[in-house]
Amino acid sequence: MTSLHEFLTMGGYGAYVWPAYIIAAVVMVANAIVPGRRLRRMRAALQRKDAA
Amino acid sequence: MSPSNWTWFHRLASPPYFYRLAGRLAPWFGWAAALGLAAGLYGGLWLAPADYQQGDGFRIIYIHVPSAYLSMMCYMLVAGASAIGLVWRMKLAHAVAVAAAPLGASFTFLALITGSLWGKPMWGTYWVWDARLTSELILLFLYLGFIALHQAYEDPRSGERAGAVLALVGVVNVPIIHYSVVWWSSLHQGSTVFVGSKSDISASMLIPLLTMIAAFTCYFAACLLKRIQAEILEREQNAGWVREMLEQT
Repeated sequence: MTSLHEFLTMGGYGAYVWPAYIIAAVVMVANAIVPGRRLRRMRAALQRKDAA
Repeated sequence: MSPSNWTWFHRLASPPYFYRLAGRLAPWFGWAAALGLAAGLYGGLWLAPADYQQGDGFRIIYIHVPSAYLSMMCYMLVAGASAIGLVWRMKLAHAVAVAAAPLGASFTFLALITGSLWGKPMWGTYWVWDARLTSELILLFLYLGFIALHQAYEDPRSGERAGAVLALVGVVNVPIIHYSVVWWSSLHQGSTVFVGSKSDISASMLIPLLTMIAAFTCYFAACLLKRIQAEILEREQNAGWVREMLEQT
């Protein structure tokens, strides 16, 4: 890459390269967030059950 | 073999031990993945030169190949864990298989969708029913079938066994995916990276690719460990060690 313009347009392939990267980012961020959240929720629910 | 040689295995198979080990390891894999992704993306999207045939379109390789690689590695893990669960009736093994399957399905989906976006400018079509693409699509259905079977039974143990059998039968698809470009004439290009011999790709393109494969693998490990923790907690919620752990925090 030599210029920002070339980077953003991906030398004419931007319409294919960027959607591929965006879809991958969305799927991977979701996969990274979901298990931690599920774990925290389960721990909180079990703690409530124990306290009751 | 003396019993002592197997103690590490029994310890690893103990849910409380694995739960704690997973909790300790996951952040390290997470940080390694973040660093690797940053370096790999910089190298792949900025430093690497455009391909002499495919221009900048080839840069999809940096997510396509790691996704495709993990879609198959993860399937081998699901099948291996399923086999251990079936043969030795180990609870943890089924938990690993169930935790891994949705991640494998995601990587298969990404391999298909990024491949499709790569195919359009290079082959002129988003999709062809050729051996490589079709066998990868079958892999996605195997993952979805495995997940569906798990949830289809009233008794979770029956679901686990049914899923495990499907996972094992589906193993035959993995070498088909891998060798499809060799066995049948395909639009899909052959391998560019080889283990143990010279790869058909220049170092400035290869190093970011290997970095991305390593980073995706670390990312997969981090997500998988967290998912296994959640699986263990759900299965063991009435166990004494879970109560003790929750009281401590």
